Amino acid sequence: MSRTKQIAVGGGGVGRPAWTKNLGQRFALVFVWAILVIGFSLAKPETYFTTGNFQTIFGSQAVLLILAMGLIIPLTTGDFDLSVAANLTFAAMLVAIFQVDHGWALLPTILLAVAATTLIGLANGLIVVKIGIDSFIVTLGSGTILQGLVLWISDARTITGVSDALIDWTVTNRIFGISMVFWYGLVLTLVLWYVFSRTALGKRLLFVGRGRNVALLSGINVDRVRIAALTCSGLVAGLAGVAYAGMLGTADPTSGLSFLLPAFAAAYLGATTIQPGRFNPWGTFIAVFFLVSGITGLQLLGADSFVQQLFYGGALIIAVVMSELVRRRNERRRMASAA
Amino acid sequence: MSGIRKSFGGVHALRGVDLTVQPGEVHGLLGENGSGKSTLIKVLNGFHQPDEGSMELDGRPVELPLAPGRFQELGLSFVHQDLGLIRELTVLENLRIVELGSGKGLSVNWRRERARARELFAEYGLEHLEPDAALTSISETDAALLAIVRAVDAIGGGRGLLVLDEPTVFLPREGVSRLFEMVRGVAARGVSVLFVSHDIDEVLEVTDAVTVLRDGDVFGVARTAETDKDSLIEMIIGRQLAAAVPLRERDGRAAETVRARVSDLSGPRLRGIEFELRHGEILGVTGLMGSGFEDVPYSLFGAKPVRSGGLELDGRRIDLAGFAPGEALRSGIALVPSDRQRDGALLEVTVLDNLMMQVIGSYRPWRLDGRAMAARAGELLEEFDVRPRDPDALFGSLSGGNQQKVALAKWLEAEPGVLLLHEPTQGVDVGAREQIFDLLGRAAADGLAVMCASSDSEQLAQICDRVLIVARGEIVRELSGADLTKEEISKQVLQSVTLSEMERFQEELV
Repeated sequence: MSRTKQIAVGGGGVGRPAWTKNLGQRFALVFVWAILVIGFSLAKPETYFTTGNFQTIFGSQAVLLILAMGLIIPLTTGDFDLSVAANLTFAAMLVAIFQVDHGWALLPTILLAVAATTLIGLANGLIVVKIGIDSFIVTLGSGTILQGLVLWISDARTITGVSDALIDWTVTNRIFGISMVFWYGLVLTLVLWYVFSRTALGKRLLFVGRGRNVALLSGINVDRVRIAALTCSGLVAGLAGVAYAGMLGTADPTSGLSFLLPAFAAAYLGATTIQPGRFNPWGTFIAVFFLVSGITGLQLLGADSFVQQLFYGGALIIAVVMSELVRRRNERRRMASAA
Repeated sequence: MSGIRKSFGGVHALRGVDLTVQPGEVHGLLGENGSGKSTLIKVLNGFHQPDEGSMELDGRPVELPLAPGRFQELGLSFVHQDLGLIRELTVLENLRIVELGSGKGLSVNWRRERARARELFAEYGLEHLEPDAALTSISETDAALLAIVRAVDAIGGGRGLLVLDEPTVFLPREGVSRLFEMVRGVAARGVSVLFVSHDIDEVLEVTDAVTVLRDGDVFGVARTAETDKDSLIEMIIGRQLAAAVPLRERDGRAAETVRARVSDLSGPRLRGIEFELRHGEILGVTGLMGSGFEDVPYSLFGAKPVRSGGLELDGRRIDLAGFAPGEALRSGIALVPSDRQRDGALLEVTVLDNLMMQVIGSYRPWRLDGRAMAARAGELLEEFDVRPRDPDALFGSLSGGNQQKVALAKWLEAEPGVLLLHEPTQGVDVGAREQIFDLLGRAAADGLAVMCASSDSEQLAQICDRVLIVARGEIVRELSGADLTKEEISKQVLQSVTLSEMERFQEELV
């Protein structure tokens, strides 16, 4: 049984190419997004349907995009990471403190911040996997510790004076009028898409998340994969934190925490589209900008800022309900076709 | 109960079973796997709805199907193999779990409950049980006895029917005697006991009468005092299938070179297992439920922790303590687990991904060659005759037989030198079963060493070159040649428990 490269797919029954299956389900969110944008554009042509507004939509929430990308890695292997937002805040604060208070150069501060959050991710992973505690609890705890740590090292101040170079390379410099930070997020999305769908590593992440026993008995080092996934989400949260410091030009000890729920909403909503039933990078990408487009539009229509929470919270619940309904429908189909 | 019939999609699991248990009688229920024992129990506890039949309890007719959960008020009570106790609770909480769970009454008078529990324990000779002790602190035997007391107490102590479903499987010998003592005590109060077991010696020891099921029918009823082990074995196995022909030609060629040698394999349920596995042979491992035989493949694969054990594979020595599945695969060992849904494959993932799971690293791991993978998957589906031949179908949408063929293809694709199987045809239809046997036979003919752990004697007789029988964690018999018939294997398995006991007894004498 050698693994040959002959192109001789046996038997028929394949029917349509795989990518054409379930088009409606896979692109439903894209259609809803388009309708949303068209609707708001018709309602507020002078403010919503402007290049500037779209540039803002893409540029302003790129930090959320980066954070959500990091989050879907452990979600794929079946672990939560509730410490991502605190980790982001921690990284942003480290950048500000070491630049402003200690006068470090830009690059070393970035490396330090990202190294710190990566280690925190690794610690999360080791405790979750080696001791065998629910990731939900471990990362809830470590996230809270980080919040305390941030308040401690910052004396609860907002630290201003982050270097112009960082600000330039996140918001000021633009390509097609959209801030650099969006393009970083786009590159990260591309990288993750490639890893998830075109590498053995990405498949193993999925196998571990779908059945730990099965993966283990198939010779996959489940422990190592899970630890690596949580470490990666720490690393990416650190990158998001650096970007956040650059976007604001300052670091404050609390505002970054509000990214937690939107990141989960984007990840779960993303799992209903493109590759329904899986956390996937392009789905998450679409979900982030769907959420932002909606919120921006509502705010332009005059809604108060509380509409953000309503929208994000609602989206998370609707996303989870939809995934469950889709899963049940697939289950029924499976039963029907197996019978 | 009388005339109970039940069929599942055209398969008759019960074809008009009559069962009578006298008040105060301990009645044994015997039968092979698949003879209908479990289905009958599930009709009794209301899990299955019988197609036909009636039931009478304490002289009153009972309406079938029983509403689930209503059996206790009717005077029916069950103790299953897992005992239904919750480890995290105390003895007393476990004793009162039904009342606590039903939410009747808002508060519990724990002092009164404690006193009641002490009284109850005293009545059944369990004075040493402390109501507030954690369940984890009492012995397996005491836990089993507690489960029985709870079941008897739930039906009021002096009437009704107590069903004991393989309660002794996890007990040490001394615990079995204490359990029997309690069973007889319970029966003496007027409770009828239905004792379900695989173990004929136990049935002979504790019951007053026996009903034997075979193929969903009552094959015979006997007074225990008037029967013996051999006639019971004959009733259970029967003779009509004597002509089952082995599928494989056993030409003896296989018997020459040793592929793997297992030495001193000991674990939670295994003691000093030693055997050789030869090139091109299919070695069966079997035994009664709970004998530990099903642990053998998992222990050799590093999927179940063991205390000690050595594996010599192609001249290399491997320490089985601390062995992991990843290492096993790299050493050329593959395991097809029995529980496809939990351990074997991913239901919500495509057939292609399942097939490629272990070999995905060899398709350019950083730039996966999707085309080559699809092509190879297509070949495998063809070779293993999986229907439909669609690598993009979800694994869970396949029938049981096709799922198992995919599982087999998946593990053989790792090109192992040793293939371990556990119940390879469980939940597989007859046609696919023959195909799987055929595939295994061909793989063995190519030099693969196959070990198959199974409780299905017919299957073992059909495919194996040798069969090892495990009892209480030890190998007690090896069958080969003319002894490899379904009847002989079943008989040896049924006799294995006493065998292991006698041998230990002799050892102690020496």
